[in-house]
Formats: sequence, structure tokens, C-alpha cells
Amino acid sequence: MIVRILGEGQYDLDDHALDALNGLDNQIEQAIDAGDEDMFRTALHGLLSGVRASGTHHELDSLDESDLILPPPDATIDEVRQLLGDDGLIPG
Amino acid sequence: MSLMKRISLIFRSKANKALDKAEDPRETLDYSYQRQLELLSKVRRGVADVATSRKRVELQVNQLEQQAAKLQGQAEKAIGAGREDLAREALTRKSGLASQITSLKEQRAALQGEEEKLVLAQQRLQAKVEAFRTRKETIKATYTAAEAQTRIGEAMSGIGEEMGDVGLAIQRAEDKTAQMQARGAAIDELIASGALDDASQLNAGDDISRELDALSSDSDVEAELARLKAGSAPQAIEAPDGDILAAEPEAVRAEGDSTEGGRA
Repeated sequence: MIVRILGEGQYDLDDHALDALNGLDNQIEQAIDAGDEDMFRTALHGLLSGVRASGTHHELDSLDESDLILPPPDATIDEVRQLLGDDGLIPG
Repeated sequence: MSLMKRISLIFRSKANKALDKAEDPRETLDYSYQRQLELLSKVRRGVADVATSRKRVELQVNQLEQQAAKLQGQAEKAIGAGREDLAREALTRKSGLASQITSLKEQRAALQGEEEKLVLAQQRLQAKVEAFRTRKETIKATYTAAEAQTRIGEAMSGIGEEMGDVGLAIQRAEDKTAQMQARGAAIDELIASGALDDASQLNAGDDISRELDALSSDSDVEAELARLKAGSAPQAIEAPDGDILAAEPEAVRAEGDSTEGGRA
């Protein structure tokens, strides 16, 4: 599975590693819903660190699409909301 | 659906929208390649802009550090001349400068970080643009129109995502740099106004003096003043233009053994 961290490029991760990070993904979502910047920052930092630690850099000269895309490490809640569209979070 | 999946879908659709302009497959390839080259140029310009801002901040740090050293020297001379009021003023101003210097050093580090990120983004995009160019020529030369459609789709999705990512990085770097430039302009004004050059006017009523006073830490000043007094010995004092002691020539003369002139 290919995961892109915006501003950092793509990482190859196996599915097991990604499963372990799903909890943090949920926490980020909850933090955005609650507008809790501290919780958001902690969870995002954990998730990105996990991807970097478990993954390897994807080939630089490949033209492969990522399976998942993550916000940059210094993103704010507002920036992530913008990434998700102008109307804030999209139900799904 | 998880946040990661939702960001992926939305980001990708935004990134690809920009590439959906041409209808003929070959045109799409060429159009996209042109866009990639333009973005690469933009990234190079972005790196240069951030580097320029960083150098400017470095220059300001140097200027303020020199100023702080000068004020320290003036404070020491003032103590030697028995002018505690002038020494306190100089140290108060120096304390104000210290917080400016700290803030500027943080800005410098942040700009350095942006610069490094953009350089890496440029390398990633460069590698993908090269790969795309090769793929583009292969598709044009090798595949029938029907096959080309599929191959083009594959090549475009990957490069589109990279372009979206690098485009975002550039935009964020520009925003951060603009914020810092605005703050840097205020420091430039502070330096250009000469307000930092002369701590001799105890009743200086300009905004900058008041700002520096507000920024200063009384306890730091008092502690340093005590240290200076403890370690000072009467000494000969010069009073060149702009020196903290210039406003009080009689205090200098009172010291007797003054070495007048000699310095610009």
C-alpha cells in the first residue's frame, strides 16, 4: 500500500502496519469534530511518525498513485477541513 | 469512511481536475508536461524567495546582536562613571533587543525548514517529471490510440497527485514567508529609524522606545545591573557621537582622565 504524507512524498507500507495506525486515524477525526487542536496535533504526529517508522520511501521516479493521503505534519485543523472541501467535514 | 481515505479522494480529485482540460490524448500529455515544467520553475523560484527571506532575517539578527553588544558596552561605561540611571536605560534597551533577537532566530529556523522542504519537493517533482517525459514519448511512439488512453490515465494520475502535493507545499511556503516578511519589515524600520542606536535619550518618547521598554524584563535588568556594579572599577571613558554618555558630558569630565575624540 502506498501512503503519501503531503509535503514529504510517498511511503510503502504493508497492510498490517496500516491497521495498527487506524486508531490514530479515528482520533484525528474525533479531534476535528470536536475542534480539539491539541488532540488533533498529538494524533496526527503519532500517525505520521508511525507511517515513517513502518514504511519505506516509495521509488522517486515512479508515477504511482497513492492509496492514502495524509495531511502535512504542521497542518492545522482548519487546513485539514479545507482539504476535505470548502464545507468542512463530509459525512461518510 | 476514515479521514485518510476521505482526504485521498478529495485531494486526488482536486489535483486531477487541473489536468482534465485537453481532450486529445497526445495533447493531454503535452499539456500536462508543460504544466509540470512550469511548476518546477515555480518551485525553484520559491526556494530562492525563501532563501532571500532567510538571509534577510540573518542580517537583522547580526545587526541587533551588534546593537546589543554596543548597549552592553555603554552600560559598563555608565556604571564606571557612576551613572546607574544611564546603565539601567542601556540594559533595558538591551533586554528589549534580546526578545527581538530570539524571535528572529525562531523565524530563521522556520525559514530554513521551509527551504529544505521545498528543495526536497523540487527533487521529488524533478524525478517524476523526468519519468513522465520518458513515459510520454513511449506512449506516443508505441501505443495505438486506444491503448494510449489507458497508459495516459496511469501516468497522469501519479503525476497529478505529485503536482497537487508540490503545489500545496509552494502555497504554504509562500504564505509563511509573507507573514515573516511583514514582521521583518517592522524590524527593518526599527533599525532604520535609528531608535536602537542611541540609548542616551532617557526621555525618548518614540513608539519604538516604549515598545522596547515594554518588552524588557525588569528583573533581568536589575540582576545585570547588580552584576555590573559588583564587578566594575572606575575607568577612563570616551564619549563618541551616539554614545550613551554623550548626553552627559559633565559626568565624563568629572572622571578627569578622559581621552577625548579619536573615534568616529
